[in-house]
Amino acid sequence: MSNHVLNQPILYTQKLTAFYGDFQALFGIEFHLNIGETVAIIGSNGAGKTTFLRSITGLLCNEPSSVKFSGQPIGASSPDEIVKLGIAMVPEGRQLFPSLSVEENLRMGSLSGRSGQWDLRNIYELFPVLKERRHHGSMDLSGGQQQMVAIGRALMANPSILLCDEISLGLAPIIIKDIYRALPAICSEGVTVVVVEQDIRQAMAVSDRVYCFQEGRISLEGRPDELTTEAITHAYFGLEDAVS
Amino acid sequence: MSWIDAILQGTLLGGQYALYAAGLSLIFGVMRLVNIAHGDLIILGAYIALVCVEMLGLHPLLSMIIVCPTMFAIGYWMQKLVLNKTLGNDILPPLLVTFGLSIILQNVLMEVFSADSQRLQSGVLDTASLQLTDELTIGWLPLICFVTAVIVIASLQFLFYRTTMGMVFRATSDKAEIVQLMGVKKDRVFALAMGIALAVVGIASVFMAMRTNFDPSVGPGRLLYAFEAVIIGGLGNIWGTLLGGIIIGVSQAIGAQINPGWQQLAGHLAFLLILIFRPNGLFPRTKD
Repeated sequence: MSNHVLNQPILYTQKLTAFYGDFQALFGIEFHLNIGETVAIIGSNGAGKTTFLRSITGLLCNEPSSVKFSGQPIGASSPDEIVKLGIAMVPEGRQLFPSLSVEENLRMGSLSGRSGQWDLRNIYELFPVLKERRHHGSMDLSGGQQQMVAIGRALMANPSILLCDEISLGLAPIIIKDIYRALPAICSEGVTVVVVEQDIRQAMAVSDRVYCFQEGRISLEGRPDELTTEAITHAYFGLEDAVS
Repeated sequence: MSWIDAILQGTLLGGQYALYAAGLSLIFGVMRLVNIAHGDLIILGAYIALVCVEMLGLHPLLSMIIVCPTMFAIGYWMQKLVLNKTLGNDILPPLLVTFGLSIILQNVLMEVFSADSQRLQSGVLDTASLQLTDELTIGWLPLICFVTAVIVIASLQFLFYRTTMGMVFRATSDKAEIVQLMGVKKDRVFALAMGIALAVVGIASVFMAMRTNFDPSVGPGRLLYAFEAVIIGGLGNIWGTLLGGIIIGVSQAIGAQINPGWQQLAGHLAFLLILIFRPNGLFPRTKD
């Protein structure tokens, strides 16, 4: 959890909706993110978590004022404009570039041209194993190492906000622990973080606030220490007695 | 000795085919676009060279100074204004649009330049040759063309694997949606790739116009050679494209050596044989 949260929203959404053709995936999402905090978004498959991140990063186009970053409407901005403003994403499934080496993948992250503390040296300090394997093809790495590349690539954009989509998906518990161990170091550099997680316990452990999505709507919001297991269960599954 | 001569001449001819194919390979490699208008764009380049030679009095080789930037601009804006709108998950729209462009180009060229056959006269280069042995002679023009093809392909290889632009091309080719999250405008990358491909086409156009007669209807034939060279070499493999061009050229030369009427047939047969035994080409690079 972050120690230097300012009660000042850096990003918020107003009545955010999203569609895939005729199918509506998000219904009037009201979300805010304060400077320096770490927010977790939990929810089951198909709840709209990834769609929400895609809307923020411009991969899905919206009404301009439905997403605001530092007061500026960005809902209709393109992904390349949004990353230049300072919002970077670690996409679900890592999405590394297979034709590129580890170092080239990382360098791709710096193409947004934003200056800041994150460069190759700092990324290699954060994830030393990547320095040893920098000339390898990105697909030659293990799943955990690939996730480190994906996180490093996003950090190379020197973002104000880092959006992490299911970074623990498909990884062994010990590797997930390694990945999440990097989070405090990232937050301490002043990066505001949003993590989308299906692992409720992990989400609660790393976040200052939690949003739960259910069928394209926010079903719960609060600080981890305020939320009861029953409330989370109900918000996550939509059932009172889904888990005991 | 005549067989060695045939192989040598075929190899040099392969350089010409590799130049046809290099642009096509680049376009396919970056944006998975099969450009049906590629052959007609080669002919367009040849007519631009013809205008430069006739109006400015330039030597055909010097006309490349104008032809290549002009073709780059045509490629850049054609991609930006037309073809980018057709790219997506469905491969049919770009195929149909480039087919339409092919028809339009042929008709416009026919209207402006008529169906008369043309050729660029290159003076002493038309007949100048290099005597290798008593029985082996190669023309300077085919040799220059071949060396140019090697330089062009080496330059494209350098661009792809040793420059930031090449890194972006490869990343865009891998994941065009994700590359936008890196701050890259994919539409601009595609336009740049098409511009570079057509600048290469400009070089191919000038050599074609110096070595053979052309008219507005011969584009589809050049497209066929380009396709065959790209597929033989392996989709997306730039050096493979040179090898593909050489295989077609040598096959044609050997075919012509057996029977002059078999020249083109032999090239197509070689292509067919490679398709049967190596459907993905000799050195495929693509991952999908």
